Amino acid sequence: MTHRFAIPAALLLVVLLACASLTIGVSDLDLTALLRGGGTDRQTLILFASRIPRTIALILSGASMAIAGLLLQMLARNRFVEPSTVGTIESASLGLLATLVFWPAAPVMVKMGIAALFALGGTTLFLRILSLIKWRDVLIVPLVGLMLSGVIESITDFFAYRFELLQALANWRTGDFSGVLRGRYELLWLSFAMALITYVAADRFTVAGLGESFATNLGLAYRRILALGLTIIAIVSAIVVVSVGMVPFLGLVVPNVVRMAVGDNMRRGLPYVALLGAGLVLVSDIAGRLIRFPYEIPIGTVMGVLGSVIFLYLLLKRTPANA
Amino acid sequence: MPDALAAPVPAPLRNPTIVIAVLAAVTGLLILGFMTIGARGDWSFILAFRGRKLFALLLVGYAVALSTVIFQTITQNRILTPAIMGFDALFVLLQSVLVFLFGGLAVLTFNAQAMFAIETLVMSAFAALIYGFLFFGARRSLHLVMLVGIVLGTLFRSLTDFLVRLIDPNEFATLQDMFYAGFNAVETDILGLCCIVLLTASLVAWRKFPVWDVLAIGRDSAVNLGVAYHREVLIALALVTLLVSTSTALVGPVTFFGLLVANLAYLITPSHKHIHIVPVAALIAAICLIGGQMLLERVFAFNTSLSIIIEFAGGIVFILLLLRGKAR
Repeated sequence: MTHRFAIPAALLLVVLLACASLTIGVSDLDLTALLRGGGTDRQTLILFASRIPRTIALILSGASMAIAGLLLQMLARNRFVEPSTVGTIESASLGLLATLVFWPAAPVMVKMGIAALFALGGTTLFLRILSLIKWRDVLIVPLVGLMLSGVIESITDFFAYRFELLQALANWRTGDFSGVLRGRYELLWLSFAMALITYVAADRFTVAGLGESFATNLGLAYRRILALGLTIIAIVSAIVVVSVGMVPFLGLVVPNVVRMAVGDNMRRGLPYVALLGAGLVLVSDIAGRLIRFPYEIPIGTVMGVLGSVIFLYLLLKRTPANA
Repeated sequence: MPDALAAPVPAPLRNPTIVIAVLAAVTGLLILGFMTIGARGDWSFILAFRGRKLFALLLVGYAVALSTVIFQTITQNRILTPAIMGFDALFVLLQSVLVFLFGGLAVLTFNAQAMFAIETLVMSAFAALIYGFLFFGARRSLHLVMLVGIVLGTLFRSLTDFLVRLIDPNEFATLQDMFYAGFNAVETDILGLCCIVLLTASLVAWRKFPVWDVLAIGRDSAVNLGVAYHREVLIALALVTLLVSTSTALVGPVTFFGLLVANLAYLITPSHKHIHIVPVAALIAAICLIGGQMLLERVFAFNTSLSIIIEFAGGIVFILLLLRGKAR
């Protein structure tokens, strides 16, 4: 199915979706008129302060979340996990909550850094627990992950309840791009940079995904690569939570769909994963904007429905043969 | 599986009746405390007010305990519970579907009883469909069933969110609050109805105990011993649905409570007959709920929520059960 036009076609699709995303909103925006220089000042302002930032944020976060999902699947050696189902995202929100309680005025970089540290801790804990399981069924891994996220979530709930921050917490838990404005999304470029690093180191991650002993035999500094991978996942998760909130199942669904089409080679799959991630986020966000126009349904809710349906399909599809 | 008397226990605890008696005594003391501690002012008001709340907690504890034990018997394991399989979330989803179809607040305020009846009926049908597929189809691995259940739960919750936002984007938070009952805000206006439902379900359930004791041995042995397997499992599933509807309507979804209660009951009961396990589980549930609520109200001054603590403890127990391989 890999065709040499596949990547350009996917790219074109994402560009088209991005254009659609630019024109959809409560105030009318005629792109062609604006391009011809016919727009009013107000329209230009909306385009540059709101629509373009939102669209860029969608593309960046979609691509980097999907890649973080793929990376985690390689490192955990299981294709049914992603940062929001193993406790990474939940730990990031716990960290964010901690900064809100102890240092509410902290600069956003500091908040992001602390959230990333927590996310790193949560993911490491998950991998530790996995190493304790003797009999490793494919499906026990996501189960443990989901439960661990639940436990971390309840810790976060406990403190949020005490400090009356449940409202803030609800915002991070349901991803929403409606608040994205110029000056409030730029951190996402950093998460995109993380995605690029993943691409550069892709072959190493592929080898690391074969397991510690095998990777070490091949002469790979396994621990170092693992640490690099976990750091990338933690930073991407923290940035996404800090800037737009959690978008469930994206990192799980996208790599699986791509894997069905392209196979397991990470370096070849990565561009597709990034493009499909961006495309899926764009589609969900546009759908969320249109369904109850002029109100918006947050992308976290849309993806919650869409993502769990696809996840169910992926689970049941593999049943008869290898359950 | 029935591995009664596996662990060495002190002599009096080998008698299930004594275990039940001790738990009942503790429950009685807690009830006394719950009704009287910190009471000031008009007794008739206090007793009526606290009485309703206490009654609701007892009903919920009993419903959760009974439904979980039945469910674990028919699914043959100690880790699946109706709540983990998404039953609670399904109930909440149906609630919002009804509001969506028949229009906003009118339904919510108009007739709680009629609404409860419709919800339970629709839910039974749905549950039979989904879970029949999971349990009666090709033999599926337990992990798959569990995972599908958990993801279904997420799907139901997201759909509820989705519908609530469609119903009225401005009132999202308020509506959501009304949907989710909680331990601090028990729905007391359907207490009578829930009581009747529970009594009816119990009448059927308690007669079925001997049959379920046989079911617990395993599907093949049960069929060999002359149990009409499919029919019995269907009846049991229907009962579970009724019980879950009742407890969810009263206090909202609590994912792990049943898991905790049932596993504790199996741990401390020296017999694995339903006639012993169910009362023990129900009493443990009552002790947890009443004791927990007292702690929250008197010690923590409402500064946290019982369901948060249950989720925390339950999640950890679940992971431990998974790690110990009990799930197989």
